[in-house]
Amino acid sequence: MLQKINIDQIAELARLNLKPAERDKLAKDLEGILAYVSQLQELSADKVPPTSHVLPIENVFRKDFAKLSDIREAVLKHAPKCEGKFFKVPKVIEGA
Amino acid sequence: MSDQYESVIGLEVHVQLKTESKIFCSCPAQFGAEPNQNTCPVCLGLPGSLPVLNERALELAMKVGLALGCRISDRIKFDRKNYFYPDLPKAYQISQYDMPVSSKGHLAIELKSDAGTLAEKRIGITRAHLEEDAGKLLHEGVRDGSWVDYNRAGIPLLEIVSEPDLRSPEEAFQYLVSLKAILQYLGVSDCNMEEGSLRCDANVSIRQKGAAPFGTKVEIKNMNSFRAVHKAIAYEIKRQSEALETGTRIVQETRLWNESKGETFTMRSKEEAHDYRYFPEPDLVPFSVSSDQIEALRKSLPELPQARFERFRKQYGISDYDAYVLVAEKALADYFEACTREGANPKLASNWIQSELLALINLKKHSIKNLPNLPPKHLAGLIRLIENGTISGKIAKDVIVEMYDTKKSAEEIVKEKGLIQVTDTKLLEEVADRVIQANPKVAAEVRSGKAQAIGFLVGQVMKETQGKANPKMINEILTKKITSQK
Repeated sequence: MLQKINIDQIAELARLNLKPAERDKLAKDLEGILAYVSQLQELSADKVPPTSHVLPIENVFRKDFAKLSDIREAVLKHAPKCEGKFFKVPKVIEGA
Repeated sequence: MSDQYESVIGLEVHVQLKTESKIFCSCPAQFGAEPNQNTCPVCLGLPGSLPVLNERALELAMKVGLALGCRISDRIKFDRKNYFYPDLPKAYQISQYDMPVSSKGHLAIELKSDAGTLAEKRIGITRAHLEEDAGKLLHEGVRDGSWVDYNRAGIPLLEIVSEPDLRSPEEAFQYLVSLKAILQYLGVSDCNMEEGSLRCDANVSIRQKGAAPFGTKVEIKNMNSFRAVHKAIAYEIKRQSEALETGTRIVQETRLWNESKGETFTMRSKEEAHDYRYFPEPDLVPFSVSSDQIEALRKSLPELPQARFERFRKQYGISDYDAYVLVAEKALADYFEACTREGANPKLASNWIQSELLALINLKKHSIKNLPNLPPKHLAGLIRLIENGTISGKIAKDVIVEMYDTKKSAEEIVKEKGLIQVTDTKLLEEVADRVIQANPKVAAEVRSGKAQAIGFLVGQVMKETQGKANPKMINEILTKKITSQK
């Protein structure tokens, strides 16, 4: 009943270049995880509302108050590439 | 478009909410800061940082939901939308997937018929959800790469999605006008398309008229004004109709609007299909809003455009269309009401604001929001002078320009320049005699029944009196004199 994991698609979406050995091992691991979780299918959960968070906490807000963090120079120093006050990335133009 | 097709349009509007700080961190949300100045570990996605929701952002989002007649969800959660693109440093955007702030509302738009009357149409609102804005990429003039400015990353955005209820570019345009008006009345956003605080994507498809199934839909992006949205949709409808007629397949895709060429073109898409793999944002707890809170918020809403439109029609006796135009821009309606409070005749005020004043503002590239040159009190003063016959409408057109340039009141200018309308019958009769004598041919034409020829003579009298004569009086005097000369 378990569908096979499409490890190549998952790797591509996650931008991972997997070696063949890694690929096989991860596919097996993920299938194992799915099989384990699928035991839940045996239970009827029709009347259980979906849970998105396990902790019974809600409504954690911050006030709308602005404050400069002043970390630009420090962060730019650690960026792989920067120019002036900008981060620099490989050319990406959609649609051009 | 040929009559056999109809277009089906839905709009997605992204609007930046006017908060002091970003949606999940304390960085200032203001526009125009130095690149990357408004960044911190949270909006740069640095490890170990945690987002916390800005209370005000949720409040503003709920206000919009209420103003659009939406149901406010009693349970609100955020989700991760995963994608790799350098405008988001985390490789995901915090958005909302299945439990948005609000859903199932509507927006009323007014459509002008050929006869000039207005008809209301209700457009469904699917949902309005909160998310964080992305950073800005700069390509121009950058060598071997792109620059990224994350000041915009984390600015609160409300995405408002309409039902596919719009049927023409004009309806889409009016939807945007009405939506912008509501957002301005609520004071939740600057709605400035050029600065990007309001953005709009359009989903367009066409189908056989009355046919139930929708055609293949195309998403259009990159329009930076309401006019551009109108033009891009019109272009796309034409392109799709032609494709249908020639049997070309319409591909489901995203197209970009090119303003200078006036056409849409296919956006080069990434090879893999989009798969955002939404899942609940583990870093943010869910939110719940009580019905008491929602009711309190509903009571706090200001008068909205539709209510003001109804009030204007009843209270001021102006036409539906004039009321609609005034109300659509909050600052314009405020200015109008300020004039009437200063005692201006509403009809005249409406006319003068919509013609002369708007023309002046456009010419000087000023804004009705901030008009120290011509406060409502001054325009009301000018209107009073026209109404009581002190100056003619023609002279008033010059006076308003002078008022604008000098910030003086109409009374001052009229007194200084001696522009008071000549209503001295004796003087006018003298001038009329001279004009008739100098133009015997025209006078003869008038006498032979060519009534419109009198306009020329009226103009001559106006010229001699430097525009200060009362045109109605001149007309009467000239007519009397010419016909009595038979």
